[in-house]
Amino acid sequence: MAETLTHIGQTEPRPTGWRGIAADWSSDQRAFKNVSWGKAMMWIFLLSDTFIFGCFLLSYMTARISTRVPWPNPSEVFALRIGGSDIPLILIAIMTFVLISSSGTMAMAVNFGYRRERRKTAILMLLTAALGATFVGMQAFEWTKLITEGVRPWGNPWGAAQFGSCFFMITGFHGTHVTIGVIFLIIVARKVWRGDFDTGQRGFFTSRTGRYENVEIMGLYWHFVDLVWVFIFAFFYLW
Amino acid sequence: MAEATANGLGQHALHAGHAHEAPAAVTHADVHQEHPIKLYLVVWAWLFILSTCSYLVDYFGLHGYLRWSLILIFMILKAGLIVAVFMHMAWERLALAYAIILPPILVLVFVTMMVFEADYTLFTRLAFFGAGP
Repeated sequence: MAETLTHIGQTEPRPTGWRGIAADWSSDQRAFKNVSWGKAMMWIFLLSDTFIFGCFLLSYMTARISTRVPWPNPSEVFALRIGGSDIPLILIAIMTFVLISSSGTMAMAVNFGYRRERRKTAILMLLTAALGATFVGMQAFEWTKLITEGVRPWGNPWGAAQFGSCFFMITGFHGTHVTIGVIFLIIVARKVWRGDFDTGQRGFFTSRTGRYENVEIMGLYWHFVDLVWVFIFAFFYLW
Repeated sequence: MAEATANGLGQHALHAGHAHEAPAAVTHADVHQEHPIKLYLVVWAWLFILSTCSYLVDYFGLHGYLRWSLILIFMILKAGLIVAVFMHMAWERLALAYAIILPPILVLVFVTMMVFEADYTLFTRLAFFGAGP
């Protein structure tokens, strides 16, 4: 990181050819002064992911505005019969609380990581992963319920045909993100538990020395997954 | 607000909110985001409260502009809390905050365009196929 910087007043012969191109593009500028490249790149990845989910929600909005057929009422579609009465949207509400809780445990894991309490960090990360897996499980239940009730990407019993395609696309992509997050949480938690970040062990994939910042970068991804759910919950389930 | 403690070279935390001059020679120790646990618990509690509120909007079956505005308010508050505190954006420098937060806001332009487009599509569908079944 620091070696990519040219200090003011330092005169070095500039490399030429391809090396010169690479050097000119990489060495002189540094916009994000106090974040590491790993954190900055995670933020930029999340920005691009924001556009992906933004486009999904946009296409959902377009489909919902432009259809002549009434849109199925999510409040009724996602109701569960508990104790003899239909409670609207209850499963989705529970999923929301589960995901928010996992964000809370993740934030605390990052904190304990910087305090170098690796046991607590690893346990909190595994707890986060468990909550994430619970979320995916509940989503699988929801999908199963809707599919048995006859929801398909090309139609459903209650109204506009686009409901199914929007639902499967948006929640499916979000569920995939959660699943990938769970897998990475387990990988990073294992490294924390082993003490890789205390000894500065090199990663198997990037072969860079691990630091506790990796936990924070992992946390950024996880909070993003929670963030996307906030928007999906508002626009798809509540609207 | 809690203060970000900078580890490494013991430099002072850079407050994103204050636009004071950055040190001329920026040291390249990474600023670790370390805040009291209590802050996270408070935010966690608020996220629960806000989620409950947005669920109650549906539970009580509110309709029309009241429903939509409440949904949007609770959504923005939740998103803001997650980004600002859980993702530590409140303590990052403005260069990063603007680079990440401004582009998604510009999506609203796209939203506006697609609202017009969708309205037009609906208009042509109604004109050629009549009202829905």
